[in-house]
Amino acid sequence: MSSTYLGMPGVPVFGSGNLHTAEPFPVAARRELDNEQLRANLGHATHTIRDKRLRVVAELPDWEELREAGSATKTAVMARLPELLEEFEGNFTARGGIIHWARDAAEANEIVRELIRDAGADEVVKVKSMATQEIGLNEYLEEQGISAFETDLAELIVQLDHDKPSHILVPAIHKNRSQIRDIFLREMPDVDPDLTDTPARLAEAARLHLRRKFLSAKVAISGANFALADTGTLAVVESEGNGRMCLTLPETLITVMGVEKLLPSWTDLEVFMQLLPRSSTGERMNPYTSLWTGVTEGDGPQNVHLVLLDNGRSAALADERGRSALHCIRCSACMNVCPVYERTGGHAYGSTYPGPIGAILSPLLTGITSEENASLPYASSLCGACYDACPVKINIPEILVHLRSEDVQSRRGTKKVPGQMDVAMKAASWVMGSGRRMALVEKALPLGKLAAGPDRKIKKLPGVAAGWTRSRDLPAPPTQSFRDWWAKEHEQTASKEQA
Amino acid sequence: MSARTEILDRLRSALHDAPEAPEIPRKYRHTSGMNEAELIELLRDRLLDYKAGVSVVDEASVPARVAELLAGTASYVVPAGLDARWTALAPGRVVDSPEEPLSVEELDGADAVVTGSAAAVAETGTIILDGSPGQGRRACSLIPDHHVCLVRAGDIYGVLPEAVRRLDVTHPLTWISGPSATSDIELQRVEGVHGPRRLDVVIIRS
Repeated sequence: MSSTYLGMPGVPVFGSGNLHTAEPFPVAARRELDNEQLRANLGHATHTIRDKRLRVVAELPDWEELREAGSATKTAVMARLPELLEEFEGNFTARGGIIHWARDAAEANEIVRELIRDAGADEVVKVKSMATQEIGLNEYLEEQGISAFETDLAELIVQLDHDKPSHILVPAIHKNRSQIRDIFLREMPDVDPDLTDTPARLAEAARLHLRRKFLSAKVAISGANFALADTGTLAVVESEGNGRMCLTLPETLITVMGVEKLLPSWTDLEVFMQLLPRSSTGERMNPYTSLWTGVTEGDGPQNVHLVLLDNGRSAALADERGRSALHCIRCSACMNVCPVYERTGGHAYGSTYPGPIGAILSPLLTGITSEENASLPYASSLCGACYDACPVKINIPEILVHLRSEDVQSRRGTKKVPGQMDVAMKAASWVMGSGRRMALVEKALPLGKLAAGPDRKIKKLPGVAAGWTRSRDLPAPPTQSFRDWWAKEHEQTASKEQA
Repeated sequence: MSARTEILDRLRSALHDAPEAPEIPRKYRHTSGMNEAELIELLRDRLLDYKAGVSVVDEASVPARVAELLAGTASYVVPAGLDARWTALAPGRVVDSPEEPLSVEELDGADAVVTGSAAAVAETGTIILDGSPGQGRRACSLIPDHHVCLVRAGDIYGVLPEAVRRLDVTHPLTWISGPSATSDIELQRVEGVHGPRRLDVVIIRS
């Protein structure tokens, strides 16, 4: 039985950190689209992964049943989140783990820094984690004189290249093999100068580069894919073994996790560990999954910490029509199938979370009015491919439309003069509100044909409407309106029946 | 107000509409109905796909098979509790025990490790270690570059839910599906990164 909070709805407290885009999506997208190499790399990678995903998903006769179970489980988690967090806390703490709560990015960063200082370390190894990316932990630690070494291959590539991640699963998806070789040759001190761009050789170079670090690290920082409330267990899903190294060898382990990652029970993993690997890397199972429950004597880190992060999640939860964005398990299937992401890449979205899920999650975490994030819900053609691919059935298109409407509403609130859209909508409503007025306007339809070229497309509208045709053509209107056609058709049918 | 209180208050307040927690429909498969021979064959197929080595042997042939797999190995680690007969024919054994744990350097100096396992899932090609005697602490099966893992046919389950419901999650669990691999370069899978680059699974028929 969930406890009912009887207070009034509070004012949402939004998140901070690497969740903002500094410029509107169309501006960033236009620049990224000019990069032909990027488009080629992304096209190749996303098509490879799409085919793999479809193959392994088709193997399971109960894929839809698993999605149903996953979706319902996450809905239940959100409905019971406060009590599940308390249950998790009790179990994790009882087994020797220590929990810290962070309201926002800055607070989480400070907690992590203090824990590193307490451990007497000035460097840490890191397992790929979206939460620490979101709070800008690496940048913060660097300012504090602490070196954070990314150990996931793609994160390592991005870090060595002083670049930004562009995909939540494969942060270096925008780089091809020869670009990666060049980065390694330039940035790895002990690299073999004869390194080729064969993926196996590149992976080996990463192994040699990080081996000593793993074996001598005192502190590791990780994210978590799942937290199990009924046992107090954390789970990390990975491929390379860098995760196992970080989670096993150091004396101190600090995990940073968003509060929404909970699952009620250990047995829920039987659903999510079927959904996640097939949706993300298109594998039947990822090479390694590690689960730990507090501290185990004689096995692994003896100082085990967890930082539970809000950073806007409570604000997203407060949006009844948007809260299911928090169901996301970060598989990245939605970006791999998205026609917009495939062309613009992840950098255009600005935030840590790109692609369709980012277009809803970022504005939900920061508030739609925050900086340029209001442009993100428009970064979609609403084709629905993301909804089909989502293993937990997040209805991304519906939330995109909801956030567009929030955006329009919020703008209306700040402007005294009605905007272009308001005037156009008012006019349309006046015309469409009366059959007679509609019929009059329809009489003008053949004029549209004159404006269109021989290909029946209007390429440039005049005046204030020019914005509409800046990036798309308008098909020429038909010579006959539907109402006109209906009237004529009806007349004929009527006369036939009389005959 | 502490961060804990404030966050929990924010979350309770966010649920002002008191949404209901739905019943979870669990209509997915909970059993596979496969017999031992089918389970072994499916697990073998999946592991080979991950580029692991797979042998299927009777219990009596285990020592010889293990010795073959460790041929050319100067030293290998076994966790305390592993049946000593299984590695009887392979020279170079070093035991890691809770009383006398090997250092990270010693583990790094060993060429291989031999462990048992708690369970396996045929459909996904997954071996699960839970740290019980014979499986060792997590560092053992991680640092040496070659992992020889023994799986009893009776511990193989068809689908994931069967295995999950038989494990104790409060033990540190490691799920292994093939040698370490990455898909980070152009989303193509390449075997062999930080974890053991060679995985040999020896399946023991009942």
